[in-house]
Amino acid sequence: MTTPILTLTIDGKEVSGLAGETILQVARENGFFIPTLCWLDGLTSAGSCRLCMVEIKGSAALHPACITLIQEGMAVTTSSERLLRYRRAIIELLFSERNHVCAVCVVNGHCELQTLAQQLGIDHISFPGLYPDLPVDASHPRFVIDHNRCILCTRCVRVCGEIEGAHTWDVKNRGVRSQIVADFDTPWGDSTTCTGCGKCVHVCPTGALFEKGKSVAEMFKKPLGLPYLKAIRDLGV
Amino acid sequence: MQKITIAPVTRIEGHARISLFLDDNGTVSDARFQVTQIRGFERFVTGRPFFEMPALTARICGICPVSHQLASAKACDQLLAVTIPAAAVRLRSLLNFGQLVQSHALSFFYLSAPDLLLGMDHPVATRNFFGVAENDPQFARDGIELRRFGQQVIERLAGRRIHPAWVVPGGVSAPLKSAARDEILNELPAMQTLMRNHLKRFRESLGRHQEYADNFGCFPSLFLSLVDNLGRLEHYHGTIRIIDAHGSTIADNLAPASYEEYIGEAIEPWTYLKFPYYRPQGYPEGMYRVGPLARLNVCGCCGTRYADLELNRFRQLATGRPVLSSFHAHYARLIEILYALEMMEQLLADPSVLDPHVRAVAGVNAFEGIGAIEAPRGTLIHHYRVDADGLIEQVNLIIATGHNNLAMNRAILQAARRYISQDRLEEGILNRIEAVIRTFDPCLSCSTHAVGSMPFVIELMGPDGRCLDRVRR
Ligand code: SF4
Ligand code: SF4
Ligand code: FES
Repeated sequence: MTTPILTLTIDGKEVSGLAGETILQVARENGFFIPTLCWLDGLTSAGSCRLCMVEIKGSAALHPACITLIQEGMAVTTSSERLLRYRRAIIELLFSERNHVCAVCVVNGHCELQTLAQQLGIDHISFPGLYPDLPVDASHPRFVIDHNRCILCTRCVRVCGEIEGAHTWDVKNRGVRSQIVADFDTPWGDSTTCTGCGKCVHVCPTGALFEKGKSVAEMFKKPLGLPYLKAIRDLGV
Repeated sequence: MQKITIAPVTRIEGHARISLFLDDNGTVSDARFQVTQIRGFERFVTGRPFFEMPALTARICGICPVSHQLASAKACDQLLAVTIPAAAVRLRSLLNFGQLVQSHALSFFYLSAPDLLLGMDHPVATRNFFGVAENDPQFARDGIELRRFGQQVIERLAGRRIHPAWVVPGGVSAPLKSAARDEILNELPAMQTLMRNHLKRFRESLGRHQEYADNFGCFPSLFLSLVDNLGRLEHYHGTIRIIDAHGSTIADNLAPASYEEYIGEAIEPWTYLKFPYYRPQGYPEGMYRVGPLARLNVCGCCGTRYADLELNRFRQLATGRPVLSSFHAHYARLIEILYALEMMEQLLADPSVLDPHVRAVAGVNAFEGIGAIEAPRGTLIHHYRVDADGLIEQVNLIIATGHNNLAMNRAILQAARRYISQDRLEEGILNRIEAVIRTFDPCLSCSTHAVGSMPFVIELMGPDGRCLDRVRR
């Protein structure tokens, strides 16, 4: 049985995709830009950051493109005043939630959050900052997690569980108090599950996870090999 | 007692307030130079990985970020417990000289020249760098040129003029390119000629400023600075030497790392800036000065040809003794610029400056690190304690303006006594007091960078706390 091909429009252009594909997949294949943050090629989608929201004709609600499957006859809009307003608000809220001081950050200049802010034309934060007093865990011999820069995208949780199979990371607490923890909330260096593979460090979109000893702007993330890792794992090689 | 307040001081880096206390006879009995801002830096960096410290501390000051970076990196080198590559040491020294040139050029040509060239009583509206530029365009152009050169040295080494992230624990992050070296070398001769001409001109104008030389911070004190192992002028390595007002060395070969043994830090309730003093002499008798004047008083010689020629002339200002007037810090700054230009030439002439090995890599191997350098304004000490993971537990910074705090208060009192005899402050008098402060080129841990444009409020308070007079400009 072959997978049916569905036809839809994105920003007025007629496109087609396989049933089971998401709006994001089809949009990217056809060269449409939809900003994403929690989504990463090779990992399951969490649909949690809501940055990839799009408008679908006939629905008043906004829909996250990374987890919404395409349907026959769908009419998708990827950018509008309203979407831009929401996306900006999401990024601004992320900035105001923790302590982001880009000028002294290890990924300054090559941070996904920072880049998105620039792309969306954000030059100030309209929400008051929470400035929480969060720790830095440098107990691991090679890596550091700085919760001040974590945006809770859970990429690290997923890559560690799904690709490396170690499931060192998880999330504790709820809402604004949520925090990434190693094992049962132990210092990372004490983790009995962490293999030290570094995958979490490289999928992290911000300067929250980085290699020890890196100075300002010196940390470059290399998440591009993920789809291959996933393909190899799926093949059972 | 009456209190006259001058706040904030214009044309220095940062926010401050001066209070003058008059006794019942109307003479100035006390002077307080108050720093009214606190940035809580020591608290703010607690818990951060020490690898961030050079970049974080560079944010203390928008005018001398490089100095903080270097002192910080030296402290971090000790946490790594490594010997950093020789090329990295050379490149860091070069960077420090670039910073010295640009900072001294700013202090002299931009901030102090209005007073020196146009006169203390020149109208406020044009007593600034623009006034200087109108009066003597070539002088202003030279100042701009020299500052640009210093900034470009920093840029050519570190890539970015403001807050470069090039200095890292263990060395520097990238080697010097030969093209950059050649560019700097090509410009050096012209800069040296320019500087020698300005030294001559300044020297010849000294007679006109005798009044200020006698009253601007002219009093005995100790002097402290780094010197190299031959006792010569030194800005990056070296040990600490302290001399007294007669020129006798009272302490030598002091390791910067044991600064707590000989430097105490007193606290006064009316200011956020601490008062370091030389411990063996107690507080406040152990008052000492740091900075260009102190360095030239303390060192045996500069060790470069033209700077040493000029140093000999400088020393004739006080035969056989240290030059005691802080006014002559201006002169000292110009000599140091020339010295820095000559040193750059020496450092760059050595081909090993292009060595690609510029960084030692290591983790935390020691839990305490102390780095000291001579910043443009004086000795700068960074002291860190970290935990086993390399997170900062405790930080102490002694900045040049802190070292000079006691002397600066003394200098203000001296000038106030000389120039204020009534319960009124006239424009020229106010500016003289400010000019005294500017001889110390204080940098008050604030990146505000205003050239003659800050609002200026003066209050005259009666014994009953009533405001008798208030002037704003
Ligand atoms: S993680 Fe990104 S946004 Fe946050 S401080 Fe670093 S560079 Fe800025
Ligand atoms: S540590 Fe990085 S990857 Fe993990 S949740 Fe935070 S931001 Fe995402
Ligand atoms: S990328 Fe779709 S919700 Fe985060």
